[in-house]
Amino acid sequence: MSEITPDLVRHLAGLARIQVTDEEVASLTAELGLIVDSVATVKAAVEGDVPATSHPIPMANVFREDIVEKSLTQEQALSSAPDSADGRFRVHAILDEE
Amino acid sequence: MTDYTRKSATELVALLQAGTVTSVELTQQFLDRIDAFNGVVNAYLHVSAESALATAAEVDRRRASGEALPKLAGLPIAVKDNLTTTDAPTTAGSKMLEGYVAAYDATVVKKLRDNLMPILGKTNLDEFAMGSSTENSAFGPTRNTWSLDRIPGGSGGGSAAAVGGYLAPLAIGSDTGGSIRFPASMTGTVGTKPTYGAVSRYGLIALASSLDQIGPVARSVADAALLQDVIAGHDPHDSTSLPNALDNMLAATENKSVAGLRIGVIKQLTGEGFQAGVQQRFDESIEALKAAGAQIVEVDCPSFEYAVAAYYLILPAEASSNLAKFDSVRFGLRVTPEGSPTIERVMAATREAGFGPEVKRRIILGTYALSSGYYDAYYGSAQKVRTLIQRDFAKAFEVADVLVSPTAPTTAFKLGEKVSDPIAMYLNDIATIPANLAGVPGISLPIGVAPEDGLPVGIQFLAPAMEDARLYQVGAALEEILEQKWGKTMLETGPDLATLVSEVK
Repeated sequence: MSEITPDLVRHLAGLARIQVTDEEVASLTAELGLIVDSVATVKAAVEGDVPATSHPIPMANVFREDIVEKSLTQEQALSSAPDSADGRFRVHAILDEE
Repeated sequence: MTDYTRKSATELVALLQAGTVTSVELTQQFLDRIDAFNGVVNAYLHVSAESALATAAEVDRRRASGEALPKLAGLPIAVKDNLTTTDAPTTAGSKMLEGYVAAYDATVVKKLRDNLMPILGKTNLDEFAMGSSTENSAFGPTRNTWSLDRIPGGSGGGSAAAVGGYLAPLAIGSDTGGSIRFPASMTGTVGTKPTYGAVSRYGLIALASSLDQIGPVARSVADAALLQDVIAGHDPHDSTSLPNALDNMLAATENKSVAGLRIGVIKQLTGEGFQAGVQQRFDESIEALKAAGAQIVEVDCPSFEYAVAAYYLILPAEASSNLAKFDSVRFGLRVTPEGSPTIERVMAATREAGFGPEVKRRIILGTYALSSGYYDAYYGSAQKVRTLIQRDFAKAFEVADVLVSPTAPTTAFKLGEKVSDPIAMYLNDIATIPANLAGVPGISLPIGVAPEDGLPVGIQFLAPAMEDARLYQVGAALEEILEQKWGKTMLETGPDLATLVSEVK
């Protein structure tokens, strides 16, 4: 049986910044439980000391020359923003009032 | 008037160069077909008629003045809607990005523009490329042009249906776990996932960055090769882009010999779990290759058994990180809840409203796989499985030049059949996922229809990293054998889209 509980789903959704309804918590708990049970087979797949692979074609230290290149203008960078003012992205309060 | 929409991309290039057809005439013929059928098929989310015709007119004018033009100049193409374009919306199939117009073109899109290829429009996909059927698109599913009540595969069902339904001669796709090859198999078309890094991912809305690869969607192996040659190459904007150029793929399709080629049948990807008609067509193709002089061997890849499980930990982990950028600040949707909204509440309300169920599932699963206490057991183990799969490939390629399997376990299923069963949906990609985990290239091409349902079956060839040319060599050879047997192309054996659409209307 899976360790996915409604409380864990609420916690994870909070970490992922996704608001969830009680119905979504119920369906996600059931679905994620099944998925986690089925992907848990990876735990038994590896015996002994096997290195991890994070990238299929290993490449390291990919740098470019330190020269100024053309980039987006401020206007372009702000063009898709839901809200902006004075050349900046505008957002709601960062901190709660209390 | 000649119908040029049925001609292959390779033929059209020659006809354009000879002046037999103008780019405007050709582009207009595809736009007319889109106009007639896209309402039912839903392959395109956006049609760029005006800008496509403007590019076409420019090509015609410059060609008429005797200017030397790029080889594919004037040949129209469709682009999957997860590549950014400055002159059309880029939605990634999500409400989160409805109406979003990017401030820059993806490198691949820029290459199409540099080659003066009219871009017909943006094709439908599962939301953020998460899915195997296009049913996860926020803008409705795409229909299979062989049978309109069936899925075209996913995530790139729009590109596959556009090409398979003669609504474009070529299309761009992206493949994270099979999103080019699986739809190719479902629609009787050809699709290639090149070696990881062979094509720049700059401007591709990232799903899982260590797996994503852009590639060609086409109606023949030579057409796919033609397109891969145009879009491949190093790009300083993508730090994972390969520094070295690969061989010419089109040249590889001209050597139609498989004599002496060692082809490894992957033991784990045949037999049990594969639909009878899929297995039958696969076995016939292997026999045909053997008769043509190929040496058939069986290869054992025991770790492939864990590929789907590892994939559904690695992909959600990377996706949960990549999709954090949809935060209601810089682009996309913003939903402001009532009361005293803080930025955190706005983000959570926006992501609740903007993401569909599958995207939420995968983000939350990825958050779980990466959280402390679970990381080693899940994500850590999955990364080790990835090493084991690479080792299985390395061992198999010691005895075989290319590997082979059916592309998918079944033919196209009915729309709605698997939407409520995520695990059944995930298993569609059982044969395509190992290539993404290892970074090796793969091609899918059609090998006939399954006798029991008359729907297309695909075969997949896999090659060592950087050896994409081998896929085009063996693919073109098998395609020629099959077309000689059928006396026509795979798509010519299929139903007429006009008839299917009139039956729906």
